[in-house]
This record gives sequence, structure tokens and C-alpha cells, in this order.
Amino acid sequence: MDFLNNFQLNSLMFLIPSLFMFCCGVYGFLTRRNMIAMLISLELMLNAVDMNFVVFNRFLCPGQMDGMFFTLFAIAIAAAETAVAIAIIINAYRISKDIDVKDLTKMKF
Amino acid sequence: MESVGSIIAYIVIALSIMVFSVLAVTTRKILRSATFLLFALFATAAVYFMLGYQFLGGVQIAVYAGGIVVLFVFSILLTSHPGDNSSKLESKKKTVGLVGAVAMFVVCAWSLISRCSVIKELPDLGQTQLPDMKQIGADLMSSGDHGYLLPFEAISVLLLACIIGGIVVARKK
Repeated sequence: MDFLNNFQLNSLMFLIPSLFMFCCGVYGFLTRRNMIAMLISLELMLNAVDMNFVVFNRFLCPGQMDGMFFTLFAIAIAAAETAVAIAIIINAYRISKDIDVKDLTKMKF
Repeated sequence: MESVGSIIAYIVIALSIMVFSVLAVTTRKILRSATFLLFALFATAAVYFMLGYQFLGGVQIAVYAGGIVVLFVFSILLTSHPGDNSSKLESKKKTVGLVGAVAMFVVCAWSLISRCSVIKELPDLGQTQLPDMKQIGADLMSSGDHGYLLPFEAISVLLLACIIGGIVVARKK
């Protein structure tokens, strides 16, 4: 019960899971060879960064909302970036019938 | 001291963030990977709700879960057979990725823990208010000191460019 009585949420308890998420994204980005899987890892990294903005905003200066607006705009940019990336992936699939990055050697055509 | 309910909620959220992000990058079926990404995004939305940013949590669910993951699922179904396993990783590549990620985690976690000024307990709000919808709307549309009109307009131009770019790139020749 002592643990429960002394338990207090601090910023590290949110920053560490977010850091873990970011490192998972890095691992996935380095090892995956499928373009969509790489994009999924990229989303994980972006999401971890968004979470950091919010956590710093809430814990370090709760009266302001700059971190929240940064996250809001980052989410919008992430959506735009994903849409364009998926358009490019589908175009690459039309050309080479595969979305493995090893097979995408032909950029000029 | 926190209530038992919020401690349990915190532990569930933190564990699901970590477990689902590991699963999203290690599972070999690509459709499952997208599903685990969805769960990790939901857990992030839960963090936003927990810290009191309801609007942001709503945006996270609407844009990420409602938009991006659906886009992922569509493009996966268009480009690969959903039952297929991706090819096994070469052990060298796996080692390099694992060493890079773990080294980064250790360095960043050490620097976070050693910097005590970053570690703060959840501040009691007292007089200050967390942003409500009215405040957010007014700030997005104001060009004053804490206004975000310029980035708001820039985002709208970016979205227009992205719509046109998406159509031009993906159009059948």
C-alpha cells in the first residue's frame, strides 16, 4: 500500500513510453523492406514526437497551449505526408509490381 | 497521491503503448502491423485525454484512426496479398537495427533521467485552465500574440498542394 500512497505521476512516466515508441519506429525503419511497413514505422516516430510536445506542455507550462497547437499542426502535416507517400507507393507498385525497396531501383523511366 | 483508478489507467496505457508499438514493427504480416499501429495510436489518444486535452484526443482519433489507418489498410489491400508473410530478416540487418534502436534508447533515457529539471510532477492547475474549445477556436483564428492564424493558413495551402499532388502522382497515365 505504501507504493500506492506515494505514487505520483511525473513527466518521466510519459516520456519513457514515448521514447520507447520512437525507438521501435527507428528499429522498424531500419529493418523493414516493405515500403508501407516503413511508412508505418515513420508514423510511430511522428506520434511519439507529438506525445512529447503535449507532455512537455502539460508538465512544464500548463497555462499555455503552444505544445498543443504544435501537435495539432503536426497531426495535420502527418496526414498530408501519408496521403502523398501512399500515392507514390501505389504509383511505384504500378511500375514494378512490388513495393519492396530492393526492387525499386528504377527511378527514371 | 493519485486515485487507484488513475494509477491502473496509467499502467494500462503505458503498457499498451509499448507492447503495441513493438508488435507493430516486429509482426511479419503487414495487415496486422497496421492494426497494431491503430492500437498504439488509440493509446496515445488516451494519454491526451488523461492529461486533459480532450480536443487533441478527438483530433488524434479522427485523423489518425479514422483517416490514416484506413488509408494504410486500403493501400495494403491494393498492393499485397494480406495473408503473405514478409520475408525473414537477415540476421545482420536485424542486429544493426536492434543495436541502433537500443543504443538510442539508452542514451536518450539516460540523458532524460539525469536532467532533473525535466522531471516534474503533474502540476496542480489551480487558477489556470486547460484550453477549452472556445479558447482553441479563438487562438487558431487570431493574429495576435498567441494567435496561430499564419500556420493555420499555411496548413490549408499545404493540404491543397497535397490533394493536387496525390491526384497527379496516383493518376493512371
